[in-house]
Amino acid sequence: MQDWWSQLFDFSDYGALVVLLQNSIWAGVVLGLIGGLVGVFVMSRDLAFAVHGISELSFAGAAAALLFGVGVVEGSIAGSLVAALLIGVLGVRARDRNSITAVLMPAGLGLGILCLALYPGRASNKFGLLTGQIVAVDDPRLGSLAVIGAVVLVALLIVWRPLTFASVDSEVAAARGVPVRALSLGFMVVLGLSVAIGVQVVGALLVLSVLVTPAAAALRVSSSPLWVPVLSVVFATVSLVGGIMLALGASVPISPYVTTISFLIYLVCRIASSRRARLLRRRSARMAVEA
Amino acid sequence: MSEPVLALRGAALTLGGRTLWSDLDVDVAPGEFVVVLGANGSGKTSLLKAVLGQHELTAGSARFLGAPVRRGDRRIGYIPQHQRPDDGVALRGRDLVGLGVDGHRWGPGLPGARRRRVDELLDEVGARHFARVPVGAISGGELQRLRVGQALAADPRLLLCDEPLASLDLRAQRAVSDLIDRRRRDRGFGVLFVTHDVNPVLEHVDRVLYLAGGRFRAGTPDEVLRSEVLSELYSSPVDVVRTRGRVVIVGAPDESHAHDHGHSHDGHDHDGHDHDGHDHGRAR
Repeated sequence: MQDWWSQLFDFSDYGALVVLLQNSIWAGVVLGLIGGLVGVFVMSRDLAFAVHGISELSFAGAAAALLFGVGVVEGSIAGSLVAALLIGVLGVRARDRNSITAVLMPAGLGLGILCLALYPGRASNKFGLLTGQIVAVDDPRLGSLAVIGAVVLVALLIVWRPLTFASVDSEVAAARGVPVRALSLGFMVVLGLSVAIGVQVVGALLVLSVLVTPAAAALRVSSSPLWVPVLSVVFATVSLVGGIMLALGASVPISPYVTTISFLIYLVCRIASSRRARLLRRRSARMAVEA
Repeated sequence: MSEPVLALRGAALTLGGRTLWSDLDVDVAPGEFVVVLGANGSGKTSLLKAVLGQHELTAGSARFLGAPVRRGDRRIGYIPQHQRPDDGVALRGRDLVGLGVDGHRWGPGLPGARRRRVDELLDEVGARHFARVPVGAISGGELQRLRVGQALAADPRLLLCDEPLASLDLRAQRAVSDLIDRRRRDRGFGVLFVTHDVNPVLEHVDRVLYLAGGRFRAGTPDEVLRSEVLSELYSSPVDVVRTRGRVVIVGAPDESHAHDHGHSHDGHDHDGHDHDGHDHGRAR
């Protein structure tokens, strides 16, 4: 028991570790911002499952890049974008989208595992792509994550309003001349890039905890188009930075810390929202009586 | 009569090898309420899509305010059929209206910049008191009120309505159709109103466009909604019964291929709507 504890939490030489691993913390901040914002649209466009599928292909791309000795970030972006565009083009309707995602996901995972099996390098690199690792973020990689993050952020801000319109009210948006189809594909590209960042930090298996859970938690406690993205970003950043901070001295991957915090936040929001749900239900009941 | 806001001349639309209608001439004058009737599959919704520039006419012309229709014209408002919004959407009543104000603009927009305009529109459609309720908890009738506000945001010259009363209870149908009627009189925009049931809007209707079998009849309700006119249009006996201030059309064949068994089209209840005074479009 004592043994497990010291494996999970070890805060000796903490100050030195924080300095040493500050790149990971910054990567967490970038991902928290992007993941929180993108997550709001993942929820409103019902793309949670697609996120999972994209992350598996992103993993395959990164694993292939590792095997062939090219950039892991580039490989993961390539895998992400291929998956995101395939899902975007072939999966216009929800049913098609789910089936194409389900088809791509095991294919990507299998391909990735094959590449890792053939890769002669260290085992921690291999696992890192699936479950995230803390030492992986060196300066050039942090630089590329920051650039991708900035691209995603600017793109999101430009399309924010029409993308919201197209996501929550597509029929009227189309009637109003909003380019619904182009925005849908454009968002898939943004989503692909965000997933690629996520794979670098928390690993392919757990990207959902950053791209879906924080937004889902925010939606439990608010319906405001201003507060939901704000809360979602806060939740995602707290999960990531908090998780990385806890994981610094530990000998296990960072993702269990991140996913646990993220999940706990969701749980608290869910409990907090039960009151809100009761109020809304009472309103519905009242309306039914009046009608 | 003043210049029509919408003018279709010899218009024809073929979709998937099937000609929905042809040689269609329609005018909608400013402030005029034109209702489009016809069985399922007669091309009512496609007519609206053609006016929105989403379907290209196979023949003829469609002109809005004197110019050929184009996609995304801001002066055309659009109200869709009521659908319960998805959960997992960060949207309150007032935000739905706000989308009509600036949802099409690029950039994130400043919170607060559109607040005043949205408040005005909420007042205009009497939706102030549920403006802050999440759309998932708003009743069908209230939601359609907000949709009217959303459509009014761009100050339309023409309002297209695609079954906006479907799946609403009778009281909400009346409230929403009265609201649309008042606004078009005040603001003087034309209304092209697609419905399978003319009764909730009968008292507001200036003219009826009845589509059937690729042909059409247009005129006042009294001119079109008559047994001999519709029987001739359908080439089969159709009875139009007027009873207790309602119009009931009996015997009109259904044109959708999915259920091609010519059941009675009484213009009511055949979509399984209930009218027991409850709004079943809303989850509890």
